[in-house]
Amino acid sequence: MDAFKSLVIIMLSAVFVDNYVLTRFLGICPFLGVSKKLDSAVGMGVAVTFVMVMATAVTWPIQTYILGEKLGYLQTIVFILIIAALVQFTEIVLKKFIPALHKSLGVYLPLITTNCAVLGVAINNINESNFNFLQSIINSIGVGLGFLLAMVIFSGLRSKIQESEIPESFKGLPATLIAASFVSLAFFGFGGIIENLFK
Amino acid sequence: MTSILTAFVTVTVIGLIAGVLLALASHFLSVPENQKVKEVRECLPSINCGACGYNGCDEYAKAVAEGGAKTNLCIPGADSVAANVAKVMGVEAQDVVEMVAFVGCNGNTEATTKTNNYNGVNTCAAASMIYGGPNSCKYGCLGCGDCAVDCPVSAICLKDGIAHVNPNICIGCGLCVSRCPKGIIKLIPQIAKVAVMCNSKEKGGPARKKCQNACIGCKKCELNCPSGAIKVQDNLAQIDYSKCTSCGICADVCPTKCIHKLNQNA
Repeated sequence: MDAFKSLVIIMLSAVFVDNYVLTRFLGICPFLGVSKKLDSAVGMGVAVTFVMVMATAVTWPIQTYILGEKLGYLQTIVFILIIAALVQFTEIVLKKFIPALHKSLGVYLPLITTNCAVLGVAINNINESNFNFLQSIINSIGVGLGFLLAMVIFSGLRSKIQESEIPESFKGLPATLIAASFVSLAFFGFGGIIENLFK
Repeated sequence: MTSILTAFVTVTVIGLIAGVLLALASHFLSVPENQKVKEVRECLPSINCGACGYNGCDEYAKAVAEGGAKTNLCIPGADSVAANVAKVMGVEAQDVVEMVAFVGCNGNTEATTKTNNYNGVNTCAAASMIYGGPNSCKYGCLGCGDCAVDCPVSAICLKDGIAHVNPNICIGCGLCVSRCPKGIIKLIPQIAKVAVMCNSKEKGGPARKKCQNACIGCKKCELNCPSGAIKVQDNLAQIDYSKCTSCGICADVCPTKCIHKLNQNA
């Protein structure tokens, strides 16, 4: 039961408290770039979640069984290599077996290669949190869902911004950035909730 | 020395494995591309202008080969490309629909008022920068004639403060379309019999106050069109010429007469 509880805590804190976009400021580029419309925001969020889980499933064993302590300094370059190859591989497989999903993800899939949130999850699972394999997978699902949540919330906010009257000098990116800061501020309110949830 | 060697070997081996896997995957899992798509694609001019209504030549080739799109939509390629595409598809060649420029505004000096007195440089580009121009309607023609200056065949003249295109002279080059700061000028098929003479996206009341000839977005045309070619978007009627049958009912029912019957071939 305790193991299950710890997994739930990892999942919830990855989604809300340690939200990678809004609290750690990783993956800001797609957060600002692809959040204009709800459907593309959801597509990007799903694609990122998918790649994060795949990347963790591959990088964790490689770090633990191949690199280890001795070659730990190769972590960054090996992980980038693996993630890039993995994204390409995923694209080929999706194109063959699930063409509908491939079409709806479209250009976002190759873009994820350079998304630092994916690399961040893979590295933090090992260096910062010392998770085991199952915990790492749960954590990357949570981070992906957190990314999806942030994208969906922000795309809703942006469609509101587009309809409202803003002073000329704030139109476009300034208003977007201010809105992003408010969403980020709102997510800081989740701090401390998870620890007290299972008391 | 050994440590750098292990690092080197490790990264090389991981890279090699990833590369081989990718190569194998792309070989065994590749999706066979439709041969027809490739052939059609080779006929097209590859300038990706989007004039056909698809996102570039690749999409159009796909639409022709798989989706049954028309073979005569490539406007820059003109009749020769249309003939080649038709040959690949094994259908009868159709001519490219010729387009003419059309000024979608009837806010002449009688219908509109001036909100300010503009004395600056006499070009639309300059006038539109100051409070959107001197006219009451901020969507309408400014009448300074930037389009007329650009027209290579002098098909545009200025009358009562708005530009007019002579469809018999116009060659459909589209230079004026990109020049107009208000985006009023559009390319329409030469055979079109009706057109919306308004560009105002304001609601009915304010639009009418600013210009007597404005489209008020009443949707009468949309409801009466038998072929569903007219849609009112942003308080403005818009005609989809691929569906229009030139019946002229919309022009008859329009209460402000902003949909005009054209007699281009007369």
